[in-house]
Amino acid sequence: MALDQSFVGRSYPPTDPYEVGREKIREFAEAVGDPNPAYTDPDAAKALGHPDVIAPPTFVFAITFKAAGQVVQDPQLGLDYSRVVHGDQKFVHRRPVRAGDRLTVTSTIEAIKSMAGNDILDIRGEVRDEAGEHVVTAWTKLVSRAAEEA
Amino acid sequence: MTAKIAYLDVEVGTELPAQTFGVTRATLVQYAGASGDFNPIHWNEKFAKEVGLPDVIAHGMFTMAEAIRVVTDWTGDPGAVVEYGVRFTKPVVVPNDDEGATIEVSGKVAVKLDDNTVRVDLVAMSAGQKVLGMSRAVVRLA
Repeated sequence: MALDQSFVGRSYPPTDPYEVGREKIREFAEAVGDPNPAYTDPDAAKALGHPDVIAPPTFVFAITFKAAGQVVQDPQLGLDYSRVVHGDQKFVHRRPVRAGDRLTVTSTIEAIKSMAGNDILDIRGEVRDEAGEHVVTAWTKLVSRAAEEA
Repeated sequence: MTAKIAYLDVEVGTELPAQTFGVTRATLVQYAGASGDFNPIHWNEKFAKEVGLPDVIAHGMFTMAEAIRVVTDWTGDPGAVVEYGVRFTKPVVVPNDDEGATIEVSGKVAVKLDDNTVRVDLVAMSAGQKVLGMSRAVVRLA
């Protein structure tokens, strides 16, 4: 069933702050097999001009996707999550995420489209630090595949 | 931010060193833990097949994380990545063996932009198929 277009433009309340830890960044860098010292060695990160270790460019997805759960699980929107696949993902960074950041995410539904029975949902997640400064914006396109004919 | 590559030294068409990344079931379990994405299509063969997939597939975000390494290894400073977007076109199927799957990533400078930035277009392949579409990064060079 097509999703309600009146949800386009709806924003959800900012999430509670997520505190980015050095060891969580290390765990993520190890999981993607990336030995770049900027992720694990504060001195190496400082040599590049960063105040502390930085996170890989896609790390923030763990935070923004959790925040997008507010949208995905909104009972009024009525998305069938069991049929959802990840279509596109984009990040625009003002600066890299780094250890010590306390990040909040504000999710907004940017677009809802229906194509060939599939519902396509575009969610924008604005990520800000404790000072309220913009850090990164994540755009996530979710596709809820059409249910098969009964 | 200190990229190792100078804007003046690159031209449209400059190729970045290509890389091949391996992915096994163990990699996917580790990535699930680190990312918090425990969707069973990434570790449970029975579940994956029940929802119509050929086998367990890699997280799209894992593939996206590997592909950008071609850019971050080139610039030296991962903080130089300003924009990065992909389309998930085909899944990376990960068989239950010691070999797993491989993701081959190449990239080249597509456009020189303002403010010492360039757009790098990436190509990510697995098992002969393009697994990411419109895979583009904007990166700030020295």
